Amino acid sequence: MPTSHNIISPERLTALAPGLPWAVAIAIVGYAFIAGGYLVTVMSFALIYAVFVIGLNLFMGYAGQVTFGHNAFAALGGYGSAVLTSAYGWPPLGAFAAGLALALAVALVVGYPTLRLKGHYLAMATLAIGLIVYEIAVQWQAVTGGYMGISGIPPIGIGGFDILSDRAQLIFLALVVALSTWSAMRLRASRFGRALAAIAGSEDAARALGIDVARYKLMAFLVSAAYAALAGTLFVHVVGFVSPEVFGLHMVVLAFTMLYVGGIGTAAGPLIGAVIVSLLPETFRALKDYQDLAYGAGLILLLIFAPKGLAALGDLLPRSKKS
Amino acid sequence: MSASLAPILAVKELSARYGSVEALHAASLTVEDGEFVAILGPNGAGKSTLMRAVMGLVANSGAVDFRGAPLPRAAPAACAARGIVLVPEGRGIFTPMTVGENLELGAYLLNDATEFARRRERVFSLFPRLRERLHQTAGSLSGGEQQMVAVGRALMAGPQILLLDEPSLGLAPRVTEDILGALDVLNKEGLTIVLVEQKAPLVLRLARRAYLMSLGRVVAEIDPRTVTSHADLAQYYLS
Repeated sequence: MPTSHNIISPERLTALAPGLPWAVAIAIVGYAFIAGGYLVTVMSFALIYAVFVIGLNLFMGYAGQVTFGHNAFAALGGYGSAVLTSAYGWPPLGAFAAGLALALAVALVVGYPTLRLKGHYLAMATLAIGLIVYEIAVQWQAVTGGYMGISGIPPIGIGGFDILSDRAQLIFLALVVALSTWSAMRLRASRFGRALAAIAGSEDAARALGIDVARYKLMAFLVSAAYAALAGTLFVHVVGFVSPEVFGLHMVVLAFTMLYVGGIGTAAGPLIGAVIVSLLPETFRALKDYQDLAYGAGLILLLIFAPKGLAALGDLLPRSKKS
Repeated sequence: MSASLAPILAVKELSARYGSVEALHAASLTVEDGEFVAILGPNGAGKSTLMRAVMGLVANSGAVDFRGAPLPRAAPAACAARGIVLVPEGRGIFTPMTVGENLELGAYLLNDATEFARRRERVFSLFPRLRERLHQTAGSLSGGEQQMVAVGRALMAGPQILLLDEPSLGLAPRVTEDILGALDVLNKEGLTIVLVEQKAPLVLRLARRAYLMSLGRVVAEIDPRTVTSHADLAQYYLS
């Protein structure tokens, strides 16, 4: 029996593997905090997107459904916060609650009929929701400011204590992401989460076990819409500005990329996916004209070598052989 | 008083369709409390559709009475709540989840930790291997073990009547014996069982009554004791 003197033996690596994506994500955010500057801004966006993707992961990863329209709920949360704080002087927390309520109400009205659809049909129906909300944001100029958007949105603050510096914002966002991740993991481990996983596995089998499939799909839709609304609110406060483009179709594409690169259906996937995908364009910025090419090639390589996402990379490590 | 006289399951003129294709034509049968009934027939005879129609998993018309009371025709959850539990064809277990999570989902409608533990012990006593595999993902198990998970999950639901759709499919004869043996034990304890099977000789020892299906219809009711070979069975189809 060979004794290994290495501190990091393959066996130990395998045992540590599940913690690896967390460690990498935390290290990058931590480095940004120390380094400061532009990297803080990049990571702040990454963390806001992480909240959005955590919600998306709940509906798509855990419950196995499809949605192309969650940008609508981010827009409702974001615009709710933007309008109420800047035009009516509401405190951010109250405005967030109102935006969240609006997003949930719309999710309920829209989700009830559309969630009877499956697969591509559900994708098309949800895509339409995103486009409609986008169009409203453009046309309803009296409230949304149309293409020009709303500027001068106050920073996040609770009870007269404003979070002003970039670094303080990063810490705040990191806390929000930690709470969002934790709550999503708790949901997955609950009876509700098991029911969602059952629906993802087989709707018929779930039904035959007494699970009210339609109701649970709607609940998953609402919960994920709530995460989206939270992300929308965070965005407008951190940037101080909102326009329809912010919550356009680009948001959906970017969030999907993060979800699949990070690992759909995994707990760490949304965070590591958001951090890495946000970092990729910055990494390739020096390549100038070839930046997009390198970004695209990078994504393809990631999906070839980590088809289940970065969060599942640990599976590729050499397996400990216990014979 | 009338409840004790009514059969546990009475299927009356039940038809079912997939889109525009009718796969089950006015099937009728009854199952008495505590019985072990087999449903036999070749591939495509409508056996699985019959099971799915009883549960309300496929669009259907006709009536199904449970202990004399009509069952809603499109509410599988309501069937589950009454204790009508199906082990679907191809098992339908949740392969990415652990064996433990599969069993927990079986007891989805149960909200009683003591009863949960009691049912799980019962499952472990029937299938001791599931205790060893509790934290393994169901997809990593052998076919036979997966079928044990499927039956175990159904038992966790606390069934009044257990419907099984070809549990022997794709299993080694030895493993099939284990599963059928467990069903025999459960039936002797009083559980009503309806077993769908293509391989008639497997079930004729266990079942007290059998229905024969062909081309979407129930064509005959037979006494398994009179049947000892496939040749005997063939007579029912040929006559």
